[in-house]
Order: sequence, then structure tokens, then C-alpha cells
Amino acid sequence: MTGPAAGASATAGPQGGPAELRARLEATGYLVDEGLAIACFLALRLHRPLFCEGDAGVGKTALAPALADVLDAPLIRLQCYEGIDASQALYDWDFPRQLLHLRAAEAAGVAGADRLENELYSRRFLVARPLLRAVETQPSVLLVDEVDRADDEFEAFLLELLSDYTVTVPELGTLRAQSPPVVVLTSNRTREVHDALKRRCLYHWFDHPDFDRELAIVRGRQPQVTARLAAQVTAVVQRLRTENLVKPPGVAETIDWAEALDALGATELDAELAFATLGSVLKYHEDADHARSLDLSAVLAARGV
Amino acid sequence: MTVPTAPAIDATAVAVGLTRALRAAGVATGPDRTQTFLGALAQLDPARRSDVYWAGRLTLCGSPDDLERYDRVFAACFDRDPRPHPPPRPTARPEPRPRPAATGSGIPYAPDTPGDDRTPPAAAPASPDEVLRHRDLAALTAAERAQLRRLLAAFALSGEPRRTARTHPARRGTMDPRRTVRELLRHGGEPARLRHHAPVAKPRRVVLLLDVSGSMDPYADALLRFAHAARHGPAARTPTEVFTIGTRLTRVTREMAHRDPDTALAAVAAAVPDRSGGTRLGEMLRAFLDRWGQRSCARGAVVVVLSDGWERADPALLAAQMRRLHRLAHRVVWANPRKAHPGYAPLAAGMAAALPHVDAFVEGHSLAALEHLAAVVRGEASDA
Repeated sequence: MTGPAAGASATAGPQGGPAELRARLEATGYLVDEGLAIACFLALRLHRPLFCEGDAGVGKTALAPALADVLDAPLIRLQCYEGIDASQALYDWDFPRQLLHLRAAEAAGVAGADRLENELYSRRFLVARPLLRAVETQPSVLLVDEVDRADDEFEAFLLELLSDYTVTVPELGTLRAQSPPVVVLTSNRTREVHDALKRRCLYHWFDHPDFDRELAIVRGRQPQVTARLAAQVTAVVQRLRTENLVKPPGVAETIDWAEALDALGATELDAELAFATLGSVLKYHEDADHARSLDLSAVLAARGV
Repeated sequence: MTVPTAPAIDATAVAVGLTRALRAAGVATGPDRTQTFLGALAQLDPARRSDVYWAGRLTLCGSPDDLERYDRVFAACFDRDPRPHPPPRPTARPEPRPRPAATGSGIPYAPDTPGDDRTPPAAAPASPDEVLRHRDLAALTAAERAQLRRLLAAFALSGEPRRTARTHPARRGTMDPRRTVRELLRHGGEPARLRHHAPVAKPRRVVLLLDVSGSMDPYADALLRFAHAARHGPAARTPTEVFTIGTRLTRVTREMAHRDPDTALAAVAAAVPDRSGGTRLGEMLRAFLDRWGQRSCARGAVVVVLSDGWERADPALLAAQMRRLHRLAHRVVWANPRKAHPGYAPLAAGMAAALPHVDAFVEGHSLAALEHLAAVVRGEASDA
């Protein structure tokens, strides 16, 4: 890591410790536990990308906007998919403008092939894609979402960016970030990401939150939902997670369910209503069948909510 | 490296001790990770237990498997006394064995024979190789097994090709605007040749689920060798995952990584605790799908189950899990060595339950049958 870069961004980084960063993250409506607070703190201080892994819907992606909010920096998002290449992730040359420039230069009778060529491959004809944009924007938060969906070739592009915060364009040279962007990578583990990539990152595994934290998240995200309904929904989802399901519901599903029930005008949950709206939480037919065989009213009664 | 607080504890020694203990427990911590760990400690409070815990967990781990080991090692290092002992030596890893001499029976098939192809020459029906090809693996003598190993080593299992979203320059195909315009610029904006590109084809992943229960005992060794050959065969570009199933599920892909088949099989034998036991196919399949299949390796892959379908538990569970597997995988192939026996009918409850969710049902009892299986996996043959 370069000296000036580290010095420049120390001012942009968190002043206090992890506890203060945690308070600031929670002020944006994103609730974090101690481990994630330390992870974010270290990511900012050490200028290391944060590699977030965990089940779908546990709030990996939502971390990036929250961090952007805290740092008051723009969020730059790159959604990964199979076959994504340098021209979609890093940079591309603006070919139509290059051609126009060439024609215009010819019409004006500009001589000197070398000069013209240098002009053609200058920064003004380079179109910045998310990764290059993140390097050029200061400060910024870069979200590389679902990196497991991309293929091995793409991971190779990421390596240079994540270790040195530079992008090399063969015709131009190496573009360097004055202060490194905050990078958040997320993965659902549909594919094992290469170790070379993980080694450059801080690794954080997202677990499902416990009852109290999940309830606080639901209340924070859906303030219009009654306290009783939110507690009941959370209790049932927590119970469902202990079952042997094909896809255990995440926090995102809990929030969706609370919102759906609220949209129906419900103020409290009973077994019948739960079964009618089960599609918000369980996305597999087998899971829904399994849930119907459970005694949800007992769950609702047992929690005393 | 300066440590701001807690002069009583030498943070560097603690960190190095922890990483060494982790390495012994099987977490791949290199010096670079240790460095990051120290950097992280310097930013936090090394006297606080939870700060040290999280700094180590964030910098030294790389997968959910690591986390469990990390918790164990961390507790062992910090709960007993503040200064970690030198870690115990790893016990699970077998000592590297010297490779057998080139004349030994277990070596990979040396590809130096002129005109040698991946299969033994078919035009020599009287050769012992050819006879061996159709023999039942269960009825072989020790010498024949040794010969079979050599044959298997020359074997390749490559997945059916799949079109990827990536393209490469080609003579024909759709027009490649980027390269065409580049060509145009190179010629001063004069219209030049059109350039084309075409999608790249890649082999699909192959997942082998090997039944190592007692009823499969006569075949288990040969099938493990088959799995090894499949991973290391002449066309080893196909990503291959190998699991053993019995009373528990074991991922042996890593153990299979040794190039020498005997070393690899020794490692597998050390890693598989349930060899020659019972089978709970349905449960194992569920464990596989929950832990590996659903997330990653079964999706779009060619999944090969090598089993006789003897299920001791409820066949309904097996049927449900096979249905799940069938929906995820590109193709499900079931190889049953018992299928070749005269008068065989899939009467074993597990086999009968699984069959409706299987794309190809093949034999797999002899070398020829395994060759046929390889052709099925390549997508060049269907079940007989």
C-alpha cells in the first residue's frame, strides 16, 4: 500500500473505534453486531476489501449502501454475471467518438500520425466502467455484488484492483486511486471463489441474526408494522429456520412478510393468515408443505407474543 | 510493527502462535495472512479478547469450514492460558510416500507407448487387456487388479460441453464490434475486414457420488481409482468433485488431488470413516444437496451416482432427494454394478425409488462399462 494513499484516506476513515462506527452504521438504519462493526472498521483502516459471505437475504448487499451513507460517499455497484469482461467491468474505448475524431482530424488536414494516435488513445476517449469509476472517484464505496456468479476470468481482473487499487490500461498506463475506495464483495457461495482473491480481503461470514436483533431490524425497516405483528413474524421465521428446509428464510424474507401482512391490514398473526401468506417467506413448494405440517399456533403461543 | 497497548503480552508472538495452531488444524494461513492479522491487531485493542478474536477471524479464515476450526483453536489457545503453546503436530495428514518405481503396478499409465490413445487397442481381442475389459471387477485376482489400475489411469472423464457467455475470436460467428472497429482505426478509419467471434464451450462440472458401503465393497477400490483417473485423466480440464457416501458424507476432492493414485487412495482411506458400513442414501443425498449441491456443485453439472441402490432407510426420502437433485443437475447418471448380473431387476427399494429421477441408468461393473459411463458423461452415448 502506498504511503500518500494511506495518509490521505486516514482522514476519511473512522475517527473513533469500532464502537463509534457501529453507532454511525446503526444511525443509518443498518444494524450490525460486534464482529461486523470490527470488520467494517478494519476494512476502512487497513484499506482491505471486505468479502461478505452467507446465506441469501442476510443483509450482505445492504451493508454497502449503509457504509456509503456513513462515509457520505457515492455507491458504485457492479453486478456480476457469467461472462462479464473487462469492457463491462473496467473500461472501454469510445469507438464512435474515436472514429469521429479521426475523420475530423483528416478533414482539418492534421499531419503527424504519432500525435494523432496518442490523441486517439487518451483519457478523453476512455469510458470508465464501475471498477475504473471507483478508482477515479474519491471517496467512494464499491460494491461487487454476487462475485460467485462471475467466472474465474473475471476474478483475475479483480486481483489488480483489490490489491493495489490500480487499473492498468495498456494504451494509457496505470491509473491509481488517490485514496482507495471502500470495497465490499458479496458471495452466496454458488461457487467457491479463488483463494487468491480471498487472501486480499477480510472475510466475514454473515449468520442469521438472533430474535432480538432480527426484531429490531424488522422494526427499523418497517416502522409502520405493529410491534406485536413484528414480534410474531420474527418468532415464526426463527422457528422455521430450525426446521430442515430447502431454503431457510433470510432477514429479507422476514421484512417482506411483515410488509405483506401489514399491506393486508393485519395487526397480529394467526396460523390461518400465516399459511395464506407463506409465499412471502418460503420459496419452495416442499418447504411450504413442510411448514403447513407444523403447529404454528403453538409457536405463536410459546413465544408469548 | 508497534503495539500500542498491553505491553505485558507480545502481540506478535501470540499472533504467530495462533496462526501456527490454525495451520495445524487445517486452516490455510500463510505469512501474508499473519501479516494482515498483525496489522489488524495494531488497529484494535490486543488486550480485549473479542478484538483479538474478530481480528483473527476476519483475516485468517477464508470459508465457513475455517470458522469452526478457528473457534476451536482460538478457544484452545486463549482459554487455557494467555500464552499459546506450540501447536500439536498435524495427525490427519499422511506422510508423503515415495512414489513407487517406474516398474511398479500402481503408477499412472505411462503415455510413452507410440500411437498410444486413451483406450487400449480394440483390434486385439485376445490381449489380456481386452479380456479384462469385460470382466466383473468383483471377480478379479490381485494381478488382474494391478493391470486394471494401469488401464484406469489412462482414463478420462470429461463433462458434456456447455456454451458459456464468454466469446473468443473465430473465423465465423456473430460480428465482433470491438475488434472490427479496432481494425478500422488501425487503417485510418477505412472500412476493413469484419471480425467475428463465437461462444466458448467449456466442459460441465462432473460430480461423482461414490457409495462405499459394505454391499459395494468388491467395487469400491476400483471405483475410487476410476474417480481418481477421472480427475487426473488426459483431459483434466473438467472440474470434478468427488464425494463418498455410506453412513456419512465425505468430500474427498482434496484427497484425490494427489497425482499418484496410491497416495491419493491412502489419503481417501484415511479421510473416509464409514467404509464398508451401511448406507443411508436418502439422508446422505440430502446432506450433499444441503451442504454442497444446492449452493454450488450440483447446479448445471453432470452428477454420477455409483451405487447399488441398497437403501436401509425410507425410500421415500431418497425419492424426494433424487427429485431435488434432478431439478438442479444438468443430468443425473446412476451407475449400478449389479445391473449387469443376469436377471437383475431394480427391485432394491432405493433403486426403484430413484430410477424415475435418473436420466441414464448404466452398469459400471467392468472397465468397458466404465468406459461406457464416461461416454454417457461426455454426452456421446445414452444408457443401454
